[in-house]
Amino acid sequence: MDKFTTLTGIAAPLPMANIDTDKIIPARFLKTIKRTGLGVHLFDTLRYDADGKERPDFVLNQPPYRHAEILIAHENFGCGSSREHAPWALLDFGIRCVIAPDFADIFHGNSFKNGILPIRLPRAVCDQLMEDARLGGNARVTIDLEAQVVIRPNGEKIPFEIDAFRKHLLLNGLDDIGQTLQHAPAIDAFETTRQQDQSWMPAITVA
Amino acid sequence: MPRTLFDKVWDAHVVERLADGTCVLYIDRHLVHEVTSPQAFEGLRLAGRRVRRPDATIAVVDHNIATEDRRSGIKEEESRIQVETLERNVAEFGVPYFPVLDPRQGIVHIIGPEQGISLPGMTIVCGDSHTSTHGAMGALAFGIGTSEVEHVLATQTLLQKPARNMLVRVDGKLAPGCTAKDIVLAIIAKIGTAGGNGHVIEYAGEAIRALDMAGRMTVCNMSIEAGARAGMIAPDQTTFDYIKGRPFAPKGEALDRAIAYWSTLPSDPGAQYDRTVVLDASSIVPMVTWGTSPEAGLPVTGHVPNPADQPDEAARAQLQRMLDYMGLTPGQKLTDIAVDVVFIGSCTNSRIEDMRAAAAIARGRHVAPGVRAMVVPGSGLIKQQAEDEGLDAIFREAGFEWREAGCSMCLGMNPDKLTPGQRCASTSNRNFEGRQGPGGRTHLLSPAMAAAAAVTGRLTDVRTLV
Repeated sequence: MDKFTTLTGIAAPLPMANIDTDKIIPARFLKTIKRTGLGVHLFDTLRYDADGKERPDFVLNQPPYRHAEILIAHENFGCGSSREHAPWALLDFGIRCVIAPDFADIFHGNSFKNGILPIRLPRAVCDQLMEDARLGGNARVTIDLEAQVVIRPNGEKIPFEIDAFRKHLLLNGLDDIGQTLQHAPAIDAFETTRQQDQSWMPAITVA
Repeated sequence: MPRTLFDKVWDAHVVERLADGTCVLYIDRHLVHEVTSPQAFEGLRLAGRRVRRPDATIAVVDHNIATEDRRSGIKEEESRIQVETLERNVAEFGVPYFPVLDPRQGIVHIIGPEQGISLPGMTIVCGDSHTSTHGAMGALAFGIGTSEVEHVLATQTLLQKPARNMLVRVDGKLAPGCTAKDIVLAIIAKIGTAGGNGHVIEYAGEAIRALDMAGRMTVCNMSIEAGARAGMIAPDQTTFDYIKGRPFAPKGEALDRAIAYWSTLPSDPGAQYDRTVVLDASSIVPMVTWGTSPEAGLPVTGHVPNPADQPDEAARAQLQRMLDYMGLTPGQKLTDIAVDVVFIGSCTNSRIEDMRAAAAIARGRHVAPGVRAMVVPGSGLIKQQAEDEGLDAIFREAGFEWREAGCSMCLGMNPDKLTPGQRCASTSNRNFEGRQGPGGRTHLLSPAMAAAAAVTGRLTDVRTLV
């Protein structure tokens, strides 16, 4: 996983609430066995018409936002399915940070696993950042993860909260499994005790 | 300190608690399907890791497969590759697997409880958000992403922080014609699609206690539609009776010991919840959704809402977008909405009880002209049982299609799809734009309501047919 330290980039405003995972990446594109290549289908039905032509009014089809690295949205971003294809599609398009008033739980967790930083900020702040973002290519927004601030184009710093453990993993580009395997002896011990205490629990074997 | 059901199951699985409160949480059961696992197995392979507990893991195909005769294989190439990839992975890593032609094959959330694989007090995960279904057993069950699938395969644990506790109590008795689906649609309409974010919901109260296991699974299934990663119902005699005799359930003396433990799981008197919501079951009427979010639900006796009544500009625009997408006009009576397709199935409503409820309405009637109605049982065993009970004959005579087990038209990634503009009365769980196929329009409702829509050709209050 790539490290996330600071990011300065173009932010795209997407002023919608409840952007669900089917909007982010429709199920028909989940047939891949890879993590890459999904960016072209990001927001497929919002981005393309029935004939596959770009909808010019959709933000990511407009020139400065084709290179957006930050997305700003309204409440409950990423609701719906557990598909990690949603953060994979965002990442493949080039988005490394999503700012919204809140996120659906599974999407929120999946983002961190892929080096995407989801930032929770109050709705009024999100609306203000969207106004900044509407300035297009001249308005770069900076995310400083170490300092936990979003820096507006006018230099104003907006602090945000983040879980300390997740911050550590992102800053260092660490993968969770490696972290957990440091606890392997504890897992072994727990498993042994559990198998004694819960000896009624059958093993799954299929003939 | 008194603890909730969730607290007890959580505490019993904490391997280690890290300084910031993150826990290494032990996982008892891992269900795997073809769509969210290929990249996880690939990750194991690249890192030279093995599956830690194949004997706690079960794999099945459900999302991608067709629901008509499958003996000739999968026609669609990408779907076939995904299924073949799963088959290679389970063979390489020694994971137990129900292949497509095995009668035990079915939707992953149907077969877990059906086989006795999902049991009370367990932690259960799957790379699918509707894993919340298994919470009906009194388990802590939640959906995970593919990175976490890999994490569980490799370590049999997850790194998690405890969720907050939310109690949803449904007091009183359901009126005739109303079902578990109406309860959960009413709950979601009340608390909203983000209402459960950050929480595990425990469902309790007289109306929940009175539900059979199928109904409890329907309710827990849609917890994620209210934003809650998991829903749980305390195990009781109904649960124990359901478990007895299932293939992977404990038997004899082992079952007695298990039941003794499971009986300690219900929330203690005085246990604290971060949030409590109370509904009166007797005020619930058959529900149907009109918009493109599961919270956009109303009693079938209602009317399509008017965006002009929304004071907030963004909310007004969102409502207008829903009506445009759904092709509805403000104030329109819900029972005036004509449907093109009826889908009875999905992990929400494809159990034998759901088949019976739909068949009771279909019996002696016929699907309305121009309507395509399909019934898709949740597993090969449910299909067999329904046929033994003669339900397939009732459906066929009434003009319904009777199909093979799978996710089918719930999610538009197999051949069962809506075409643009088609309107569907569906017993599934999501009405998002394009969920059942690009441009498709979904109205969520119960199996009996779906059957009623099939025979009348429009959304119908099922109470007028019984």
